[in-house]
Parts: sequence; structure tokens; C-alpha cells
Amino acid sequence: MKAIESFETPRPSEVNYINAQYGLKSWLLTKDHKRIALLYLGSITFFFFIGGLYAMMIRLELLTPQGDLLQSTTYNKVFTQHGIIMIFFFLIPSIPATLGNFLIPMMIGAKDLAFPRINLLSWYIYLLGGIITIYALLAGGVDTGWTFYTPFSTTFSNSYVVAAGLGIFINGFSSILTGLNFIVTIHTMRAPGMTWFRMPLFIWSHYATSLIMILGTPVIAITVLLLAFERVSRVGIFDPGLGGDPVLFQHLFWFYSHPAVYIMVLPSMGVVSELVANFSRKNIFGYSFVAFSSLAIAVFGFLVWGHHLFVTPQSVYAGMIFSFLSFAVAIPSAIKVFNWTATLYRSSISYDTPMLYALGFIGLFTVGGMTGLFLASLAVDVHLSDTYFVVAHFHYIMVGGALMGYLGGLHYWWPKISGRMYPEGWGRFAALVIFVGFNLTFLPQFVAGYLGMPRRYHAYPPEFQVFNVLSTAGASILGFGMLIPAIYFVWSMRYGKHAEANPWHLPGLEWRTQSPPPTENFEVTPVVTWDAYEFAPREEIEVVGKFGPEAERI
Amino acid sequence: MSEHIVPVRIYVTIFLALLVGTTLTVMAAFYDFPWQFNTIIALTIASVKATLVVLYFMHVRYSSRLVWVIVAAALFWMAILFALTLSDYQTREWLSSGY
Amino acid sequence: MEQQREAGTLGMWVFLVTEIMFFGGMFLAYTLYRSMFPAAFASASNHLDITLGAVNTGVLILSSFTMAMAVYFTQIGKRRPQILCLVLTLILGLTFLGIKAVEYHDKYTDRLIPGHLIPSAPFGPAVNEHGKPPDHHKLTLLTGATLPQVEMFYWIYFAMTGMHALHMIIGAGLLTFLLIYSIKGRFDPEYHSPVEVIGLYWHFVDIVWIFLFPLLYLLGRHLEHG
Repeated sequence: MKAIESFETPRPSEVNYINAQYGLKSWLLTKDHKRIALLYLGSITFFFFIGGLYAMMIRLELLTPQGDLLQSTTYNKVFTQHGIIMIFFFLIPSIPATLGNFLIPMMIGAKDLAFPRINLLSWYIYLLGGIITIYALLAGGVDTGWTFYTPFSTTFSNSYVVAAGLGIFINGFSSILTGLNFIVTIHTMRAPGMTWFRMPLFIWSHYATSLIMILGTPVIAITVLLLAFERVSRVGIFDPGLGGDPVLFQHLFWFYSHPAVYIMVLPSMGVVSELVANFSRKNIFGYSFVAFSSLAIAVFGFLVWGHHLFVTPQSVYAGMIFSFLSFAVAIPSAIKVFNWTATLYRSSISYDTPMLYALGFIGLFTVGGMTGLFLASLAVDVHLSDTYFVVAHFHYIMVGGALMGYLGGLHYWWPKISGRMYPEGWGRFAALVIFVGFNLTFLPQFVAGYLGMPRRYHAYPPEFQVFNVLSTAGASILGFGMLIPAIYFVWSMRYGKHAEANPWHLPGLEWRTQSPPPTENFEVTPVVTWDAYEFAPREEIEVVGKFGPEAERI
Repeated sequence: MSEHIVPVRIYVTIFLALLVGTTLTVMAAFYDFPWQFNTIIALTIASVKATLVVLYFMHVRYSSRLVWVIVAAALFWMAILFALTLSDYQTREWLSSGY
Repeated sequence: MEQQREAGTLGMWVFLVTEIMFFGGMFLAYTLYRSMFPAAFASASNHLDITLGAVNTGVLILSSFTMAMAVYFTQIGKRRPQILCLVLTLILGLTFLGIKAVEYHDKYTDRLIPGHLIPSAPFGPAVNEHGKPPDHHKLTLLTGATLPQVEMFYWIYFAMTGMHALHMIIGAGLLTFLLIYSIKGRFDPEYHSPVEVIGLYWHFVDIVWIFLFPLLYLLGRHLEHG
């Protein structure tokens, strides 16, 4: 008797979480994690477009070597704000607040998160932080770089540092509350039979992400407050006038901001684990290795922040320790890549849009990760630091990695979230355009950086122009590519094909309820007796490449 | 899992211990110990007081292992912040050229 | 109910982890600069009022005791003592804040508020001169201490005690909410999770002070005659 069939998918009814109640108030005061996920989805998409506008301004300015489009002070504000918006208001909340909020209770068989009202509160806090930051942008902007280095930010910048810092500070609470909610939920609300090692890897990676949110975010919170306090009182702990060290700010800042990049990429890795296993119809290779590697990344990620300080007066000996640890932190990520690849090997891959994004992630994240090793190397970093090499490196991870995972997950779970299918042909086309556009944008930046083009400059020597033109061309393609899903997702909500409960025919718990789900997720609390990626009857599972009869192409 | 109710006499004992600790630390502060012992003594007394509050007033003594792990993790992470940052500052002088 | 209680407690503990890391950043700054400027920090610390600091420590410890007792009485269903203990905790907390306000005012009159936080009273304390008998209202600089480094101490002092006081104010607010609901009879042995959970928060704020007191007030006392 197949494990998959021991749980009956309920007959779809007309009532789901979207139409259960009507009216603005029912959405703005909802406690339903699925509605909150949609509230977040709307807001972060909004911020993504703002960040994208800034990116467009950067790329337009850099088309020509002269600083002709924007003044240098304006350009400083543009790249600063691009960074702040994209990092704090898009990347960090993106997957956890949308897909995580939506799916975590469903994947563990729960009705909601542990603290539904705190979940809603986290969205309002996010909005408040966003509004204050937008005020800072509109009132005159911030020009310190998203890194807010002292003493420029404390003493010399004439921009809205305190306001922007306040927006980020408040936004941090949203992150903390989300992480808190996830941790308590995963510990206390798993359905009967859902042991830790039966959980989907999506949950493991979100658990690890939540650990980082809890342990890291408070440090940037206090750092931003200390920065604001110093700016207001005109002296402070980062002030050499009092014997202070500006580098202390960098220590405190990067103690959070490095783990923050794992907040941005770990959830995406969780999505990729889901996509790789489910779209190759094969149990993930080395499940416990992948699960533990998420935790390892969370822990190790806190030990490496000094690699952002290699070219500061930070002690060379500390630099050596951080360099070594930075190499070590690559290992758990590599373990994931190896396990995904081993999963794909001799499996039955279906090249649907989500899988295309997952494959894109694996390749692009690997490039990003490997170039990170260049930067982790003390001596090489002296040459590459503050050049476009760094910019290319982190965009490969953040866009080639995190964003790809986000898009892949959105497509994969779209039928569950909206009850509609997106148009598959357009989905694949957009994925391809995005992939090409992305590489054209950022690959030339590696070369430009290696050859010495500095970052954060609005003008550059003419020998770098060819790389910048390629990059801007790529950015236009990338931008166009990202508009396509924006359009067809909206289109699909009205005109898309209705999705059944389990359109991909997969064993996950979230597919055992109707699409879209009812407000309480499951009509009956499930009792889990199967592993996360059981595609075939137990007696056939040893045979590589075999798949169950449900594995038809959509 | 039924809720553990801590008896009043334990609360009173801990409270008195905390007051004693406070008195001790103030007294010790005025005596000039050799080397860094003033600091070590002060921090030790503070740590003992904090531990008493955590174990008894905050019921960690009677709580699940998960709570113990959470408390230990927080302390460990603070230790990371301290150790690695101070590793920078303590070793800056090591470079011989008067760095 | 049981699982909800467990979830509530777990949730508060996870939140306290964030608080530990939050204060941890400031403790790091303190540790760093104290090791760099021992004489200045000792001088500045000696100018703090040890009596007020010690009394405040006693006040907070007592308030932790009354808070624990409030939880106890809620657990066994004795409403009157529960409310009494909550009231006492609140009063003690407000006493702490009152004493803190007195201390802050003293700093203001002594021109010890750092930088230009108070534009009309920038940092500029009166310093005792060597050889002359020390005036207790003036600052005594130990050998090796400079005034900017003393200002660094006071910056950290205000950052840390200010943040601590802010948490006390929030705690007082939470206690008020607890009081109101207790008087309405909302808590009983079956359901009193908010009392426990806010109690955890209150004890945490006490623990921060348990460390702040010796680190800020006591660090240089053994050098006072030096």
C-alpha cells in the first residue's frame, strides 16, 4: 500500500482563504498566515520596483565614462538607496515573509503559525519602517552607502541618515518577529507524525534563517541606534575625537550584515531543495546532510564578518582567522550544491519553469560562491575590494541565487496560492530572458572589477566603458524579463487555468489540500507517516530513477 | 507536562542571596585586589546573581531542555561577538612596526 | 492550553535572546573602551553616585522578587496577593526610574551629558585640580585620564542606562496592562501565561542592571584613594 495514498485529498469546495471573507478590513486585520503572506507579497513587490528604478538610474549613468547623467552626490544617494531598499525591504523579507508565511504551517500540518497576531504586527512594522525610509528618500535621500560607514555617516554626511536608520531599525523588528514566530511554530506545532527528519528541507532552511534573524538583527538594531545617538550628540563611540574607533562600527555592522546575506540566500536554498527533488521526482540525495548544512551555514555565517574589514586597520591576525573561517563557510553551501546535483543525476527531470529557476540557481550561485572565495583570500581581496568584482559577486548570489529561488518558488506554489496556473510557455520564456539578461549584466562586471574599476563611482576611466555598456544592455534585458512574470501572474489571477489540489502530483503536505487552501488549511489534522520526498512505493525506492505512477507531466 | 510551582521559601532565599551578593560586590569594590581581580570578582558575583535569577526567578531550573539550549545559545553568540571583535583589537599591536 | 503556554514561554525566551544580543553590542563597546582607557573610565565611574546606584540595585532585586511572587500567587489562584505583588513591582520599577531621573539631572547640572545632546549644556564638567583638596562636585582625573576619554565613558553610560531605562518604562507599561487584567480577574491557575511571560521580561531587565551596576558604578572604587 503506497504511503502517498494513505491520505485522501479532500474534495475541493468553493470556499477558500481568499473568498472566505470580503472587504478591506478582513484583509488588513486578518490573522490568516496565507493572507498575511499575500499582504507581504504586494508590499515587497512594490519595494522591489523602487529598488529596480534606482538600479536603472545607476546603469544609465554608467553607460558613459563621464558623470553626465547625475551629479556625484546624487549618484551616491542612488546607489545607497538601491542597496537599502533591495536588501532590507526586498531580499530579507522576500521568501520568508511570503512563501515562508504561506507554506510553513501547511508543510507541517498546522492551522496557522504560533502567533498569528504577531505575524500581522510584523507586516505593519514592515510597512512603518518602509514609510519612514521612503520619507528619508523623498526628503532628500541618504548618501552614505547602505553600509553607513563612520565617520562619514556620523559626522560629515548632510543627508537623512537618522531617518533612514530609523526606518531600518523598525524594519528589523519585523524580521525578528517573523523569525520568532517560525522558530516557535516549528518547535511546537508540527502535526502528529511530523518528526524533524520528515519535514521538507524548506522548513529546515527557514528554521536556520530564523535563527540568524533572531541572533543577528538585534546587533544591527543597536548599531543603528548608536549611530543615530552619535549623530545627534555629535560625539560618540565611533569618534576618534573621544578616542573611539570608526572600525568598531564596521565590526558591529557586519556582525549582522554578513549573516544577513545568509538570511537572504538560505530560504532560496530551501526552495531549490524542494524544486530539485520534486521536479526530478527523486528523493533528495543526502537529506540529513542538506538539513544540517542549513544549520551549519547559520552558525558559521556568524564567524566570518571580518572579511568585510580586510582593507581596514583590522589586525592582520584577526584577518587571517576570518579568512580561514570564510573558506570554511563555503563548505556547507558546497555540500548543498553537490547533493542537489546528485539528486538530479539519473532522475526524471521535467523542465518546467520552477525547475529552470532551480537549475539557474545552482549554476549562478556556484559562480557567486566561488568568486566569494577569491574575496575571502586576504591578499586577493586587497586588490578586489571596493571594485566591481565585489558587486558582481554579491549580485550573483543575491539575484542569480536568492531571486531565482524566489521566482522559482513563486511559480511552483502559485497554483496553491492563487488556485490558478501561470502560463507555462511564458514562464519558461521569461526564465530564459532573465537568465540571459542577468549574466549579461553581471559577468562583465567581474572583468571590469578585476581590471580595477572601482564601485560607487559615477564616472570611470574610458577603458571600462565596453563592460559597462554590456552590463547596461543586460540590465535592460533583465528588467524586461522580470516584467513578464509580473504581468502574467496578475493576468492569471483572472484568466489563468484553474489549478487542482495537486497539479504537480507531489507528496508534500501542502499539496494534500485544495488550491487555494481553506482558511484552516486542512479539514482534518493530518497524521504523517511518510518522508518528505517519497515519490515511489517503499519497495521500489532503492532503484535509481524509478518513479511512481503519479509522476506524469503536467 | 504540569506546571511546576516554585515554593515561596526558595524565592525568599534567592532574594536574600541576591542582596548579599550586592553587598559583597560593593564591599569588594573598595578593596584594592592585585592584578585584574577587582574586575574578575565583580563579574563573578554578577554572573552568580544573574544565574540565580535565571534558574529560579525565571524558572529555567524547572524548564525543558529546549529553554536551556536557548539560553546557552544566546550566551554563546554574545561570546562570539566579543571574542572575534576583541581578537582584532588585542592583536593590532602585534605587528612590530608600531602599527 | 498547555501547548499555548509552552509556545508563549518559548516565544518570550526567543525574544529575550534578541535582547541579549541587543545589549551585547553596547557591552562590547564598553569592554573595548574600558580596556583602552582604564584611568579615564575609573575616574568617570567614581563620580557616579554609588549610593543611588546601590539603592537602585536593591530596588530592582526586590521588584524581581515581588514579580516572582506575583506569578506564584497567580499559579495558586490567590488574586488579592497577586494584585498586591504586581502593584509593588510597578511601584518599585517607578522608584527605580525616579532615582535614575535624579541621577540624570545631577549629570545635567554637572555638565556631564556628552557632546551636544543638550545644546544649551554641552559636555564640560568642572575638574579638580591636583594638589588642591578635592571638591566632591567636581571630577577627579586619575593619572593618565583625559577629558575626552571621560566623555566616552559618559556617552556609554547614557547609552546603556538610557536603553535600560527605556526597557523599564516598557516594562512598567506591560505591568500596568497586567494589573488591569488581573483586577478584571482574567488570570487564574488555568490561564496566566501573560503574567509569566512578562515576568520573564522583567527579570531580564533586572539581570541587565545586575551587570550594569558593577561595570558602571564600581569599576574604579578601589582606586579612589589612588
